[in-house]
Amino acid sequence: MSSEAQIRNYILENYLFTDDPSALDSADSFLDQGILDSTGILEVIYFLEDEFKIKVEDTEMIPENLDSVNNIITFIEKKRP
Amino acid sequence: MPSLSERYEAEVVNFDCDKAVEGICETMRDIMRSKLRRRGVVVAVSGGIDSSVSAALAVKAFGAKKAFFIQLPEVDSAEDTQSRGRQLIDFLGVDHTTHNIAATLEAIGCYDARDEAIKKTFPEYSDGWKNKIVIKGGLDGRVNHFMLVVQNPEGELHEKRLDLKEYLQIVAATNYKQRIRKTIEYFHADRLNYAVIGTPNRLEYDQGFFVKNGDGSADLKPIAHLYKTQVYALAKHLDLPASICNATPTTDTYSLPQGQDEFYFALPYQEMDKALWAHNIGASASDLAGMLNISEEQAKFVFQDIVNKRKTTHYLHAKPYLIEPIPELNL
Repeated sequence: MSSEAQIRNYILENYLFTDDPSALDSADSFLDQGILDSTGILEVIYFLEDEFKIKVEDTEMIPENLDSVNNIITFIEKKRP
Repeated sequence: MPSLSERYEAEVVNFDCDKAVEGICETMRDIMRSKLRRRGVVVAVSGGIDSSVSAALAVKAFGAKKAFFIQLPEVDSAEDTQSRGRQLIDFLGVDHTTHNIAATLEAIGCYDARDEAIKKTFPEYSDGWKNKIVIKGGLDGRVNHFMLVVQNPEGELHEKRLDLKEYLQIVAATNYKQRIRKTIEYFHADRLNYAVIGTPNRLEYDQGFFVKNGDGSADLKPIAHLYKTQVYALAKHLDLPASICNATPTTDTYSLPQGQDEFYFALPYQEMDKALWAHNIGASASDLAGMLNISEEQAKFVFQDIVNKRKTTHYLHAKPYLIEPIPELNL
């Protein structure tokens, strides 16, 4: 499964309670759309660290890195060696 | 045209205390008469400014004989807050009791659950160590996250970012404190046929700084519309003891001293009051930046943090959702 599919599935299953892919656009802002709150973002960080074996530093905990599927993909691609 | 700071001084700081007290007391009596139909009020007195002013307003509204105060300390309660609570009780001359909740918290597993989560972050943590949680992120535009600070018996401080699971367990465990306290408040309210007074100020109420079914639970919240700055002004206006009027707000929940701005808010309360007020009247980030002497970018982050906290904590205010309304109840 691609990274994008993994992240999309995680959000769809855990926050939108659906398997309908049309419920989430990869560009949707999690915070603006009310999909995630700040605790939800922390859960996503935990998921990313666990699933993609990366360490999210304090300074990287910004919406630009974490606030949409697209932002997360760009971020983890950058983080991977 | 007056500046934002001048407007804040005129509209918030220099509000009419006499009129406010009169209005609050009349509305409290009206709510008791027409909605709650109880004979008096129970107030848990922590020694902090909010419960002290709420308690004094309750006495003004109903009289000392129709109030019952409770002190509910536990092992992490600071001695000076308890002593301020006693001063208030003496000052207002109200019947009261003290119920130390440490044994109940011990029995229910509050301290064990908290310490288990702390030890996952600091394995060396044990008896004689102290702890607190500190929030980071809000003022820098980062996602709010939490640091665990511990102090060993030699006084050395250590700090690490908390993993979500441990953060949630520490908060869940310490929330027992507010929920056990509320259980005891309602025991006395039921016993006396009294109502329970909740004591949040506007900043706490608006931003969801309370525990659902804990300190968030009450029948009447007399100062939820007042900025914290105004609560301090009322404390002075009501001639409360100086130690209470001058106290720095703390959470009194963790064993290390913890300011509310360390745990929850992006800024100290004086500045958070200004930021919340400015946001409420639709001021711009640039105006707030000038008022608080911070950068415009930081002011934007503070506004964003206010909006985010409202969203995140909305469910704390909400009644349980029903699948279909029950219109006959007219709730």
